[in-house]
Amino acid sequence: MTAVHPAGIPDELPEGPAARPRWAVAARHLWRNKLLLLAVIVLLAVVALAALAPLVAEYGPNAMRISRRLQAPSAAHFFGTDEFGRDIFSRVIHGGRISLAAGGLTVLVACAGGVLLGVLSGYFAALDGILVKVVDSMMAFPDILLAIALVAVLGPTLSNVVVALGIVYMPRVARVVRASTLVLRELPFVEAARALGVPTHRILRRHILRNLASPITVQGTFIFAYAILAEAGLSFLGVGVSSETPTWGTIINAGQQYARQAPWIMLFPGLAIVLSVFSLQIIGDALRDALDPKLQKEV
Amino acid sequence: MGPAAAGGPTAVPSRPADLLRVQGLRKHFPVGGGWGRPRVVVKAVEDVSFAVPRGHIVGLVGESGSGKTTVGRAILRLIEPTAGRVEFDGTDVAKLGAAALRRFRQRMQIIFQDPYSSLNPRMRVDEIIAEALTAQAPMPRAERRDRTERLLLRVGLRPEQMRRYPHEFSGGQRQRIGIARALAVEPDFIVADEAVSALDVSVQAQVLNLLQDLREDLGLTMLFIGHDLAVVEYLCDEIVVMYLGRVMEIGPSEELCAAPSHPYTRALLSAAPIPDPAAPRSRIVLKGDIPSPVEVPSGCVFRTRCPHSVAACATVVPPLVEVAPGRFSACIREDIR
Repeated sequence: MTAVHPAGIPDELPEGPAARPRWAVAARHLWRNKLLLLAVIVLLAVVALAALAPLVAEYGPNAMRISRRLQAPSAAHFFGTDEFGRDIFSRVIHGGRISLAAGGLTVLVACAGGVLLGVLSGYFAALDGILVKVVDSMMAFPDILLAIALVAVLGPTLSNVVVALGIVYMPRVARVVRASTLVLRELPFVEAARALGVPTHRILRRHILRNLASPITVQGTFIFAYAILAEAGLSFLGVGVSSETPTWGTIINAGQQYARQAPWIMLFPGLAIVLSVFSLQIIGDALRDALDPKLQKEV
Repeated sequence: MGPAAAGGPTAVPSRPADLLRVQGLRKHFPVGGGWGRPRVVVKAVEDVSFAVPRGHIVGLVGESGSGKTTVGRAILRLIEPTAGRVEFDGTDVAKLGAAALRRFRQRMQIIFQDPYSSLNPRMRVDEIIAEALTAQAPMPRAERRDRTERLLLRVGLRPEQMRRYPHEFSGGQRQRIGIARALAVEPDFIVADEAVSALDVSVQAQVLNLLQDLREDLGLTMLFIGHDLAVVEYLCDEIVVMYLGRVMEIGPSEELCAAPSHPYTRALLSAAPIPDPAAPRSRIVLKGDIPSPVEVPSGCVFRTRCPHSVAACATVVPPLVEVAPGRFSACIREDIR
């Protein structure tokens, strides 16, 4: 390439601000923020334990040994045992697989529905009036109550719990997505695409959805945390998955009868919930800051 | 009501060379309403008529709120005009159906004021250009790449920069990317909406020179919307002066700037900075602010701030009349022309 252009402009155009790759910015963030680092480590540990549960656990989650019932935490049983002599550690990490999967799938359902509703409502003014009313009326119900009602209608299986919670959290995503879409729709780069005659579905995909990635990611982390809590809550109330399946909620539910004699049955799944939810909240907060381009420059 | 009520919109005589002819363009925005508050209408653009000859650059000037940006958007049908004709190469753009309009869009493009929000931060430069190239029909990869390279060279950017994101460029460079995007579809006509207003003066000059070159090399026709009269006079062949949604004066750049006919144009020119501190200045300072477009003054919209207004100004909407060959002015005070 020649240094001088046909347009006669010398090649001394100012370089833009130094470009730093996105992952490098993220890594720096992580290192500066020790709390965030801790949250990421804790979450990764919880996920790893759950994923590798069959390899890590010495006992099966449902293996009963009545001779060892209601034992306090010890070297043999880190988290103690329950009334059937089942190992709580094994149950907690096996339960984590279901609780985390339910949380993750709930995020997918809530985001898929919420993004669809939000983008349609934000981009097409004609649909906005009706969709906003639908979303607002869904938000009028208390979360757990709506979830209970939906599970009662659909039946108490894990996939129905996920669908119910997905519907419950859908309006949160929809509102954030709608608000961002309303802003994006008016920006000149969207106007430029319209002026070029770019088909609407492509505008939605390239210009709207791509720029919604950060708000959706942030909402997703928070919903992940809420969903873990809500799944536990539903299981605790007995309307979630059946009590034979170990999830953090069902373990706590089963342990409440022995809360005085064997508090460890409730304590450890409870701790697992608290640690995961805390970590996710901290990560969600950090993502919100990191993905805000205005804050990014200061880092 | 304006001359429309008195029998059709004001007509600027058409010349055979006109590529774009705007006639009686109106854009009203209904605002407010609901909860017992009255619904009011903002008349952003009211009976605007002008023409842009092929290969010329026409400047559209006026202060903020004069409706100049709305005119640009309405010509491209980025907003729907309330009334009026936008005749482009013989076709009334205002009447095109959705599919026809989409095909027609390739002939008219726009360059935006803000070099930041006019480029999608999540698309690389080559994606931005490729989107323009493939907006209406697919194009093979190799050809896309080749044309993107040529377009970037054309606007003074290095092709090897095309895999970068917009935030890696300066404001002037971003504006060049925006220009390349507009040129990608080989339009006949470009609306440059305050295209250099957000840039530093030195960068402004570079971009203005680029626009000049493009006009000469590609025979582009342009509507250049701006508020800096020095810039507009430098670039444009003809100037349309707007105030509060209406056209005040139209004329060839040099003549209009040397001897403005309308009192508003005079005030606007006297406010423009002269790069010579010793030059004598007789600044015409207007009273008050631009009135609200919700409650426009009766008769001549400028009368409330005009130093020459008389009682008759409140009763008649002054028609745009030819005061000299090729020069039009909307003022009833023939004595002060």
